[in-house]
Amino acid sequence: MAINLDYNLILSLIVGIFVGAASGYLGSVMVLRRMSLVGDALSHVALPGIGIALTYKINPFLGAFVALALGVIAIWSIQRKTTLPTEAVVGLMFTFSLAIGVLVTPEPELLEALFGDISKVQSVDGIFAVALSAAVLMIMSLIRDKLVLGLISPDLAKSQGVKTDKIDLLFLGLVAIIVALGVKVVGTLLMGSLVIIPAAAAKNIASNLRTYGLLSVLFGILSVLIGVFLSNWLNWPPGPSIVLASSAIFLISLESRIQTRIS
Amino acid sequence: MGSTSNGMSPILQVKNLNVRFDTLKVLNDLSFDVEKGNIVAIIGPNGAGKTVLFRTLLGLIPYEGKIEWQPGVKIGYVPQKLSVGKDLPITVRDFLGFKNAPKGELLEALEVLGQSGHHSEHHLSHHLLDRKMGDLSGGELQRILIAYAVVGHPDVLLFDEPTAGVDIGGEETIYSILEKLRKKSNLSILLISHDLNVVYRYANQVLCINKEKICYGSPKDVLNSSALEQLYGTEVGVYHHGH
Repeated sequence: MAINLDYNLILSLIVGIFVGAASGYLGSVMVLRRMSLVGDALSHVALPGIGIALTYKINPFLGAFVALALGVIAIWSIQRKTTLPTEAVVGLMFTFSLAIGVLVTPEPELLEALFGDISKVQSVDGIFAVALSAAVLMIMSLIRDKLVLGLISPDLAKSQGVKTDKIDLLFLGLVAIIVALGVKVVGTLLMGSLVIIPAAAAKNIASNLRTYGLLSVLFGILSVLIGVFLSNWLNWPPGPSIVLASSAIFLISLESRIQTRIS
Repeated sequence: MGSTSNGMSPILQVKNLNVRFDTLKVLNDLSFDVEKGNIVAIIGPNGAGKTVLFRTLLGLIPYEGKIEWQPGVKIGYVPQKLSVGKDLPITVRDFLGFKNAPKGELLEALEVLGQSGHHSEHHLSHHLLDRKMGDLSGGELQRILIAYAVVGHPDVLLFDEPTAGVDIGGEETIYSILEKLRKKSNLSILLISHDLNVVYRYANQVLCINKEKICYGSPKDVLNSSALEQLYGTEVGVYHHGH
């Protein structure tokens, strides 16, 4: 098992650590807000954006981000205007954009768009991804409490001067950025899991908000690290390897949940 | 308008307040004043607009008419409930942290709620601060919500009483805590109540509404059978003799 620590591997590890950390942290709030499905659907929305960008030779990240921004605004307005669960609409958006995306994405790039390939990250893209992830982590640490308060009592949050609508939109914007970045790492089909699984695992173990946030970040990083090494070692595609790693972490966390239930 | 018993300017003046959701009138031409240091109970049947009134007073809903708080007044709000599922990893400490207040003020607010002086920090940690919000009993949650609201010494407390989930013993202490707070810092309290006994015992003013004002004044004066019948209709018997 000779792991070849070449430049590309180091670059993908660094990018993976940052994107994984930011995904985990964002995911921790998404899981609390029961937005797991939203995360999944959003990642699929990226596909038509990538497809169109590739066809017109634009940077696919930009295409993904624009498509995601539109998706986010759609979800936000639905949440604001109705108190109905957004699930049905989100479910529709999810399959609709996947269908459109598969149709418009050029055949040679389709597989990479669907499953990502962190080993193909270029230096410039890498620096960009690291900077954006760091920015997302910072903004999230500033608004996390407000988001959680808005979740458990919107009235209390508003009475305290929290502009819940604006914060929600900002949050969804951060989700769009991270999903667009993550598409490079694990692809549109699997990005939802990079956001949700680490947080879901952390929730099984954490007993307070601080530990929950930290563990979500840690599990996000671990998923990518283990996944990238696994892929390098066994010659598997990186996207599915990362998701396998995070699923394994989730299974282990489940054990602790079962034990706390019994005791 | 309202009865000015001590000649001070009221802490809250509401004049011709109208709230509608689309075409539905929820509050109709409501006018009342609240004097500083009073406990005003707001009563009325389900759907009478009590919680809407609170949300309007907090500035959360658009309205027509006039709501005038005394300048610089600080308002603490105790919502009826929180949506915290049992499995949310949010402890009491996390929740109080959302207030962004210095630790000393948080402990001080918690102290008000403890009946005796046994609340050393260690004790608090073990028995309250490190527990998950979703695991608290109705009464415990209410105390935490009150503590949260009184952090930073508000002048007014808006207290939305839960309809269920607080045991009788628990309820007694909640109201004696409120009474204590009022005496200690001349806090004005507006409370939505579902229990006429509470109103008689603790409120010095009662505002009865059913979309519009039915009565306002001291409970002994205004809570006569005609006002109650106007308010609750035939339910009044059940309500008054309720357990």
